[in-house]
Amino acid sequence: MITLFGKPEETVLERLKNSVAKTRTELSARVEQLLTGDRPVDPALLAQLEAALLSADIGVGTTKEVLASLRRQVTEQKLVGSAALKLELKNQLVAILAAAPVPRNGDSPAAVAAAPRVIFVVGVNGTGKTTTIGKLANRLRAEGRSVMLCAADTFRAAAIEQLEVWAKRSGVELIKQKAGSDPAAVVFDGLTAARAKNVDAVIVDTAGRLHTKSNLMAELEKMKRTAAKLVPGAPHDVLLVMDATTGQNGLAQAREFTGHVGVTGIVLTKLDGTAKGGIVIAISRELGLPIRFVGTGEQMDDLVPFDAKTYVNSLFD
Amino acid sequence: MFENLTDKLQRAFKNLRGQGKLTEEHLDAGLAQIREALLDADVNLGVVDEIIAHIREKALGSEVLLQLSPDQQVVKIVRDELTELLGKEVRMQFASRPPSVWLIVGLQGSGKTTTTGKLGKWLGHNGHRPIVVSTDVYRPAAREQLAQVAKATHTPVWPGAGTDKPLEIVRGAMREAKLSAYDVVLVDTAGRLHIDDELMNELSTLKRELAPSEILFVADAMIGQDAVRSAGEFHKRLGVTGVILTKLDGDARGGAALSIRKVTGAPVKFAGIGEKYDAIEQFHPDRIISRILGMGDVLTLIEKAEKTIDEKQARELQRKLEHNEFSLEDFRDQLKQIRKMGSLEQLMGMLPKIGPFAKLPKDTAIDESRLKVAEAIINSMTSAERDDYNLIDGKRRKRIARGSGTTVQEVNEVLKQYNEMRRMMKMYGNTMKGKMRGLGKLRGGLSN
Ligand SMILES: Nc1nc2c(ncn2[C@@H]2O[C@H](COP(=O)(O)OP(=O)(O)OP(=O)(O)O)[C@@H](O)[C@H]2O)c(=O)[nH]1
Ligand SMILES: [Mg+2]
Repeated sequence: MITLFGKPEETVLERLKNSVAKTRTELSARVEQLLTGDRPVDPALLAQLEAALLSADIGVGTTKEVLASLRRQVTEQKLVGSAALKLELKNQLVAILAAAPVPRNGDSPAAVAAAPRVIFVVGVNGTGKTTTIGKLANRLRAEGRSVMLCAADTFRAAAIEQLEVWAKRSGVELIKQKAGSDPAAVVFDGLTAARAKNVDAVIVDTAGRLHTKSNLMAELEKMKRTAAKLVPGAPHDVLLVMDATTGQNGLAQAREFTGHVGVTGIVLTKLDGTAKGGIVIAISRELGLPIRFVGTGEQMDDLVPFDAKTYVNSLFD
Repeated sequence: MFENLTDKLQRAFKNLRGQGKLTEEHLDAGLAQIREALLDADVNLGVVDEIIAHIREKALGSEVLLQLSPDQQVVKIVRDELTELLGKEVRMQFASRPPSVWLIVGLQGSGKTTTTGKLGKWLGHNGHRPIVVSTDVYRPAAREQLAQVAKATHTPVWPGAGTDKPLEIVRGAMREAKLSAYDVVLVDTAGRLHIDDELMNELSTLKRELAPSEILFVADAMIGQDAVRSAGEFHKRLGVTGVILTKLDGDARGGAALSIRKVTGAPVKFAGIGEKYDAIEQFHPDRIISRILGMGDVLTLIEKAEKTIDEKQARELQRKLEHNEFSLEDFRDQLKQIRKMGSLEQLMGMLPKIGPFAKLPKDTAIDESRLKVAEAIINSMTSAERDDYNLIDGKRRKRIARGSGTTVQEVNEVLKQYNEMRRMMKMYGNTMKGKMRGLGKLRGGLSN
């Protein structure tokens, strides 16, 4: 069984906390300043909280909803004082993120037992798919798993070469074809080889594509069908890689990729910058998609499992 | 997904008709909608609030223009404000003595390498001899990527083999440019975080060495609130001279264009609109504004209406409507004006495919010749008939049909449409509104 998708260990939580705290944002500073001292809740405080949430890209819809509920509780005197408000705000955000995810293919016992476990990595251009694959491969290797990479981005210049470097770094095998060949054919090759060699997991790199391009989404669907023909239930994971700087368009991305290829989880990259990636909260709320991992840099071990409490705390503490 | 801003404003302003001025109360209701629309489009919160304050000031007490409904008028003020903020289209800058250097900078994954390839191609097409060079010695296969892009675009590339020091690489490229008379050196750089002090310093060093004519900040159109921070920091360190907005072929609203412009003061110079190397175009501020406001080209429509309908005519029409004097003659003028505003096809195309227009059948062909037929029919009437349509009995209808080479049925249809339009225009009182609705009706009536 692959523990990669299990619960995060303490040390990892600490790491996430540290890496995010390092680049503590205006947001958390502001909220902290607002919320230190147990002053009574006034409209100005709520307005400032609204600004803080909006600045984290959480979006108008979700922000309005969360604040309306806070306001209601203040009016009903269920919430008294800024400390209680702070706690409640955090709890609400955590609740959205941790809301029981729709049962996913990848969590079923069959998928967990499947060999090889097939992981598709998808997303719009430049979000960090290939880098994330390098990091994932490394992580799986460290957990004692045998891994194979599949270079199915045959479109972007030097995409294959890029993945090759990552394969070398993490010491795993790479299946590839010539640039420009049919990505579904590469998937076919990759899964065939993976089955023959009995590897535990195959990670498929896909070309970045805008979710609005129906021909490219159809291409992805075809790759998925090919995978399913070779390995029962494949792909067991479809990870949507999202850049933390993404604004409200992230929602459309998640919606479309989920609609076309059934996203099973999100990887939020570039959290080592100053962007907070709050759109994942809106995505969680609408689509119930779990956030699996967080990217915190360009090095091989800059990938940590996502934990809702840690993430929300890092926004406010 | 999102409700069209026009719809929202129409709702906010529905009690406003008939009043001469925008009241504060109505205005604030409308501005709240605009604020949300801008936030939905990823314009930075601070920038949004500044814009809103400014628009409020401008809009308060401004005369309600006769030819625009209040919602359209506020949209016009918003548009004018955003247009002013984004500025005009600008030309690229070159050194007085070649080679010119354009330094391409930005966050990871924003699209710098692809854009470098596109610019190389664009320069080649515009009579330049560019050479490209990558200083990304960090990301796996980054230099290989630019080499392949250069090959695909038939642009010379300086490989910088034998060194992995950006400064040495660009020095080599500059020597090569001078030797082989390349007139623009496009320097692709590694993506980096604005808070990465070491790598930001590297860019400052490159800038000192190269004295670039352009420092182009490449930004992903999908970027959210953080755009002001990253762009602001790049600008503080380097003095950005221009912005290139990429991935505009998707459905991101691109509000970051406003945020970035606000913090850097640098104009957006190019828009990336696809993965092919010719998918780049000079940036049109007016288009991104429509996009940010999520209203198709409704703004262009307003503009056209403003130009086409002159104030006096509109006032006269208003008077006639008030006195129920809207004649067939006026109807004919209306048809003419519609034709003047552009082909119907084009006009319908400008309407956003959302809100009230979502329901319009997409592919119904609009038979523009029917407009001309209607005009011909009215031309065949006597002036007495045009003044009072009640005169037109069966016999006269036959005569008119013969005179205009049409059928009685067609004459009946035109009269029916005239009556409908008259009724509607009376109902809405407001000229522009009446025209718009009339237009929708006409389309329904005239298309087959
Ligand atoms: N700072 C930071 N940079 C990252 C992270 N993840 C990826 N990157 C960088 O983002 C850039 C794009 O990453 P890629 O892995 O090439 O992205 P991709 O999604 O595969 O790109 P395409 O295949 O071109 O669509 C590279 O410069 C990466 O080094 C992260 O967590 N933090
Ligand atoms: Mg990639």
